[in-house]
Amino acid sequence: MKRIRFNQQEIVFAVFALLFMVFSIFLRGFLTPENMLTLLQNVSVLGILGLAMAIVVIGRGIDISLIAALAVPPGLVLQMVQNGHSMPASLLTALLLTIAFGLVNGWLIAYAEVPSLFATLATGLLLAGLGQAALFQLDVVQWSPGMDGFEKLGQGTILGIPTSIVMFAIACIVVAFLLRKTRWGAYIYAIGDNPFAARVTGIPSRPIIVLQYVITALIGCFAGLVMAASVNSMPTRIFNSTLIYDVILVVVLGGIGLSGGRGGVLNVVIGTLVIGTMLNGMTIMDISYAGQNLIKGVVLLLAVITDSFLNPRNEETAQQGDI
Amino acid sequence: MKHFGTPTKALVAALGLAAMTAPALAQQGLDEPFQKPFKEALAGKTVAYVPVAMNFDLTEGWYAGLKKELEPFGVKFVIRDANWNTNAGAQAVTSLISEKPAVIVVHNPDVQTYAKLLQRAENEGIYVIQINMGSAYRSSAFVGANWVEIGERQTEGVVKACEGKSNKIAIIQGALSAAASAYTLKGVENVLAKHPEIKVVSSQAADWDAAKAKAITQTVLKQNPDLCGIVGFWDGMDIGTAAAVKEAGLTGKVFVATSGGGERKGACELVKSGAFDLNMSYDVPTQAAQMAGTIKWLLSSGVKPGSVKGSEYTTLIPITKANADSQMACWNLSDLKK
Repeated sequence: MKRIRFNQQEIVFAVFALLFMVFSIFLRGFLTPENMLTLLQNVSVLGILGLAMAIVVIGRGIDISLIAALAVPPGLVLQMVQNGHSMPASLLTALLLTIAFGLVNGWLIAYAEVPSLFATLATGLLLAGLGQAALFQLDVVQWSPGMDGFEKLGQGTILGIPTSIVMFAIACIVVAFLLRKTRWGAYIYAIGDNPFAARVTGIPSRPIIVLQYVITALIGCFAGLVMAASVNSMPTRIFNSTLIYDVILVVVLGGIGLSGGRGGVLNVVIGTLVIGTMLNGMTIMDISYAGQNLIKGVVLLLAVITDSFLNPRNEETAQQGDI
Repeated sequence: MKHFGTPTKALVAALGLAAMTAPALAQQGLDEPFQKPFKEALAGKTVAYVPVAMNFDLTEGWYAGLKKELEPFGVKFVIRDANWNTNAGAQAVTSLISEKPAVIVVHNPDVQTYAKLLQRAENEGIYVIQINMGSAYRSSAFVGANWVEIGERQTEGVVKACEGKSNKIAIIQGALSAAASAYTLKGVENVLAKHPEIKVVSSQAADWDAAKAKAITQTVLKQNPDLCGIVGFWDGMDIGTAAAVKEAGLTGKVFVATSGGGERKGACELVKSGAFDLNMSYDVPTQAAQMAGTIKWLLSSGVKPGSVKGSEYTTLIPITKANADSQMACWNLSDLKK
């Protein structure tokens, strides 16, 4: 008899389908078009961040500083406009700051060969500290009249679909294109799969790694702008929250192994959907904060345990350098 | 009376005496006997400030207000920023106990963490003043908002706005472990107990996070488009709540009540724009002035730390469309810092 094997992506998709079915049957008001859109809207920023994280994880790295890139450059845009600078000048400054930040991350990891976990842990603190000490007057940077019009990035609808979902969709298409259709994308998979082999075959590993972190920071900044537009302010102390764990969770839960070289946009979408469905269902049921955390923990544990039963580690995968 | 024959003569003599002595007194002045010991009691003393974090309107406002009132008297004002980290805050208080400032002004992240430390500080001879969020230990003074009252008055506002409507309301709590959130919820419950017709369709914690508050409110509004009011627990977080209401096109239909320090951008401007219908302000500059007054009194009185214990609940200012334009309802952080 042929043994049926599942991979994590399929398991998580099954969990998602089961949850979705149970909620649709038992929760009044869950399976309505409006609620489906709300569900997606609530997790679209998390989804965009998941895409950014996916790129570095596929390249066998990790970017703990992603939330700093989400909070600081967009916060700077709001603060500069509040101080009377023009919108384009503020956006350009933030863009340059983001690129510089990505370059520093990439250089530390590719050229100075600092492990990505430690490098980005430090740079994230640095950027968040810089923002707090030098750039912002208050932790929550308020929206100002100079930003009028820009809130459309995160509020309102395009063809009846909330804008933040459209932004998530655009980010998905761009990242999918980068990863699957460009040479650069193929290099990332090669480096993630086996960095030494990639270097031997002549792939410019180091510049590619730098580029990877620059793009991740840029997507993080984009997610931050969508978020700021959506809540009409930038709560920059979000850097101290547990959001980064949620992002890593979306990526790993969706089936992008931390050992690199595997997975894609679809995995991020599935991971995001599971989290979104759970959050939405629990909010409708009005489950308490503690109860929600408990349920989230149990579901995630189940998914991970099932995966490790069905796909036990062997010597080959163990050598991949899991975190 | 024997020396002066008549009352008239007596009066003349008295006036003459007064005329002779009064200019002399005016030239010498009269030394007020209490200000010297007062100045001596304050000069060179250290007051340490441990907020949960700097960089937001409340803690910046208290800092600026205390500095303005204390530094002219030669008080050294130092700050230990816990930066949202409870452990860092506990360490700061511990190291302060060995440094022995005259006063520690502390903003508790929850009711338990600092309680024992604050007791130790007072035993070591340091006055402890707790601000807005108290701990389980009662120290020399608590200066702050009465959260139960805030919850009650916000809920009363929402209940009134719901009259003749669906009577469905939602509650957006802060972080569950914080005194501010738990006590406000008690106030909400007190009022709801008197109004059985009100139905709470959702009561969830958004963890002081605007994005989370927005997500919860969006979902609740989709399930209950006829919602008539929301009780939010902090204006910094309820920017998200209001954004969700606005996005659903329900501004003006769903009554949003919240609370905060009353800084102009965070409170009055948002009430004027219609984002909030009621913002209960605990008026940070007045709180700072009351703290400074308490510090001056404690230092100059010479009472033993821990031997007196009192509370100063600050008077709340309800900010609505009616007073949001007035100069007195809100304050500007930039002005306070000047």
